[in-house]
Amino acid sequence: MADTRQFSVQVEVLLRDGIADPQGATIERALPALGLDGVTSVRAGKSFRFDLTAATESDAVAQATVVADRLLANPVIEESQVTVRPAGATA
Amino acid sequence: MAPRVGVVLFPGTNCEYDALHAVERLGGTAELVWHGTASVSGCDALVLPGGFAHGDYLRPGAIARFSPVMDAVAAFAADGGPVVGICNGFQVLTEAGLLPGALQKNRGLRFVCATTVVRVERDDTALTTGVPVGTELAIPINHFEGNYTCDAATLAELRAEDRIVLRYVDNPNGSVDDIAGVCNAGRNVVGLMPHPERASDPLLGSEDGVVLLEALLRTAAAPTPVG
Repeated sequence: MADTRQFSVQVEVLLRDGIADPQGATIERALPALGLDGVTSVRAGKSFRFDLTAATESDAVAQATVVADRLLANPVIEESQVTVRPAGATA
Repeated sequence: MAPRVGVVLFPGTNCEYDALHAVERLGGTAELVWHGTASVSGCDALVLPGGFAHGDYLRPGAIARFSPVMDAVAAFAADGGPVVGICNGFQVLTEAGLLPGALQKNRGLRFVCATTVVRVERDDTALTTGVPVGTELAIPINHFEGNYTCDAATLAELRAEDRIVLRYVDNPNGSVDDIAGVCNAGRNVVGLMPHPERASDPLLGSEDGVVLLEALLRTAAAPTPVG
């Protein structure tokens, strides 16, 4: 255990460019009702957070990338962005 | 002997008895195969029926593809065994990589529950063998994520290899190239959004699904795999 560390992971999943995002488009169409007509390029996606234990930060990134690519995102239509941070100071 | 059709049951599947009934009405033997079972031995064909496997959490089919039975389904398919995914079953097969592409939310974000007309495009797949190309069938759809999509290269491959099995006559969900069903390269794995089992009895208002299910039973009874 001495050589493992805790990491906090955030994975953001968005539809790939070129894949229609009707949810984002619908949200964008609602914005003028707020008096905001300068908001463009709205995209809807999903965000996931989890903790993991790994020896190094690069190992943590590798594990989180497997989770993102093999489960959280469907690479046919979605892309994911993985952010790994060391867990809080108490870890 | 009557071909034996395994109907795969995930938690949240809800069309398994429709499929079972339709197969047995046409003279096949059908049995439920629980998703936690790691074997499909004894089956001549497999149906992955509709519903909401694992609650459709994350994405339809995304969790189901990790069910223990899926390795057995993949091995059965690799051996040339006929596998048909209907609606949610189609979504599971794409998530599992047994069929290309993905099913997105419908155009306009509308759940569609309606009878659609689909045209049979190929007569050499596990689900359409012997069904004349051009046959139009009135079959219900019932889905939110039925908008078939794939990248341009995959679409070109599907066209070049004649793997688009069914097309909508009047596209209800935004599917690319009006695709209602596709098959794998071996032509033994077929996925479709329409529910042939819901059009398999006069009581249901249409019997147009019968020709597809009969084709599946013929494939299942054949001594050698399709393709």
